Amino acid sequence: MATKDLAAAEQAHDSGDSDLTSLIRVAVPERSIRADLRAVSIVWRRELIRFRTDRLRAVTSLVQPVLFLFILGTGLSGLARRGLPSGVDFQTFIYPGVLAMSVLFTAIFSAASIVWDREFGFLREMLVAPVRRWAIVIGKCLGGATVATFQGIIFLALAGVAHVPYNPVLLLTLVGELLLLSFTLTAFGVMMAARIKQIQAFMALTQLFVLPLFFLSGALYPLNGLPAWLTVLTRIDPLTYIVDPMRHAVFSHLSAVGQSALSALSPGVTWNGWLVPTGLSLAIVGVMGLAMLGIAIVEFRKTE
Amino acid sequence: MNSAISVGALTKRYGDIEAVRGIDFEVPTGETFGFLGPNGAGKSTTIKILCTLADPTSGTARVAGHDVVAERDTVRRNIGLVFQDTTLDSYLTGEQNLRFHADLYGVPKAAFGPRLRQVLEMVGLWDRRGSVVSTYSGGMQRRLEIARGLLHAPRVLFLDEPTVGLDPQTRVSIWAYINELKQREDITIFLTTHYMDEAENCDRIAIIDHGTVVAIDTPEALKASIGKDRVQISTADDEAAIRALAEVFGLEAGVHEGLVTFSVESGEHFVPQLFARLPVAIKSVSVSRPSLDDVFMSYTGKTIRDAEASIGDRNRRIATRFGRR
Repeated sequence: MATKDLAAAEQAHDSGDSDLTSLIRVAVPERSIRADLRAVSIVWRRELIRFRTDRLRAVTSLVQPVLFLFILGTGLSGLARRGLPSGVDFQTFIYPGVLAMSVLFTAIFSAASIVWDREFGFLREMLVAPVRRWAIVIGKCLGGATVATFQGIIFLALAGVAHVPYNPVLLLTLVGELLLLSFTLTAFGVMMAARIKQIQAFMALTQLFVLPLFFLSGALYPLNGLPAWLTVLTRIDPLTYIVDPMRHAVFSHLSAVGQSALSALSPGVTWNGWLVPTGLSLAIVGVMGLAMLGIAIVEFRKTE
Repeated sequence: MNSAISVGALTKRYGDIEAVRGIDFEVPTGETFGFLGPNGAGKSTTIKILCTLADPTSGTARVAGHDVVAERDTVRRNIGLVFQDTTLDSYLTGEQNLRFHADLYGVPKAAFGPRLRQVLEMVGLWDRRGSVVSTYSGGMQRRLEIARGLLHAPRVLFLDEPTVGLDPQTRVSIWAYINELKQREDITIFLTTHYMDEAENCDRIAIIDHGTVVAIDTPEALKASIGKDRVQISTADDEAAIRALAEVFGLEAGVHEGLVTFSVESGEHFVPQLFARLPVAIKSVSVSRPSLDDVFMSYTGKTIRDAEASIGDRNRRIATRFGRR
């Protein structure tokens, strides 16, 4: 989309003559919601252009989930086989969790580009423009969410290797859930980036958050039968509320899994014995994302 | 409204530090106005306030007829900015950077194509528009920033140290563009610089030191107000030379930039007497007509390099001293 626009623009003025002696009058229009939406769109498109030109990032971000799925997954599968019903691989079991992981780093590091932009000055170009700050923050979050979802879709292509069927309904559900997760994670990163001015500090702090979030989400183990302290911690982790619906989606599309096996492998999130419905789970993630987006907008509206 | 910029009793305080201490000035429409002063004098803080990036602690500032606090967005629509540090996205092409800017500023889509070509041809980057900015040289990047600052046809263009960190040749070419711009666009230019020779390009200059404006006038008037030539000598014994200058000629001399410096009327007639009567061996002599450097010195008691050295870190002081040899 962005490329098409640019190519069209190039053609348009290659053919047209421009009269350099006369000043081309440009009147910058009054502020309007349309102008703000145009700003959202260009900030979003910038993320896509940068993602497209940075193929190395796309490849390196895949390394970690691939390692988890194939090395850890294969290595532990013999050990795990005893706990799994027949016909279910350990790789299949951890696939939804690792899929969530595949967007985790990309989403938060997209937000890190705000810190880069601040260090390299580009943030100032955006902050001094006659548009609302929310437009820039929302554009950034949508951009990060889109890029991270693309990343997730690449990993989704490997579903067959983990014996997850390419069922259209399942794939659409997973993409939707990835989008929600990516948005919330980017909002989290942007909120952090509003306050943290140095890239080193940002990286260190996100590392501090990211791995505990991942390990406590139940991405690599079922949420039932855990010690009480770990049960509490997993319920506090927001990532839990997206990993569980993703796992539920995958397992309800596995033909080899019977009802009893499904409830053993994907028991759902419970609060003191009450089963949290999938809709509420997703709503929790969405509301958290919106809340962090709100905080980020307030932070970016402050002037010196 | 005939003032492009008008500032009254403006102050800005960061905690205990008073960066701007009550400044007043007016810039008429169409003028090129320069803010001259050492690093840390309050130039960048003032420009930040005028560009709505910082709120004043007290006082008022109006740009293009609008208050920078109450009518922030209107001010933003009417100004173009070229910052001291680059604010380009080096992963995008030159054209993509400008397209981003056009969308943020709401430049009408039909006007974008021709305007893009106009500003890029003005700075000589039309042929390179498709290249990624990271492949541009420092001078090309600065020119692209100037083109971008002009894209939305602002009424006031702010240039914060437009040539800092560029080689002399590129500095000259950047100034050629700025001067051409004055001819072609109906625009007021506000710039900051700590290069004396660049300040000469301005219609009027404000000399700023320690957060206050110490003088405002045309470069010619400021130089005329000094009236004396500057003589700098290098001697075998500077202290003895300063004593002798006071005793023999009644002149007050000081050491600036590592050289004994003083002002006299018609310096070239004074030099022969200096050699005849000064009891200290002289290694070298230079005589210069009053420059803005002298103006700066006469208003602040130091050369701009001295002022930078006292603010800057030790390394820069050492670099400046050895850089002179």
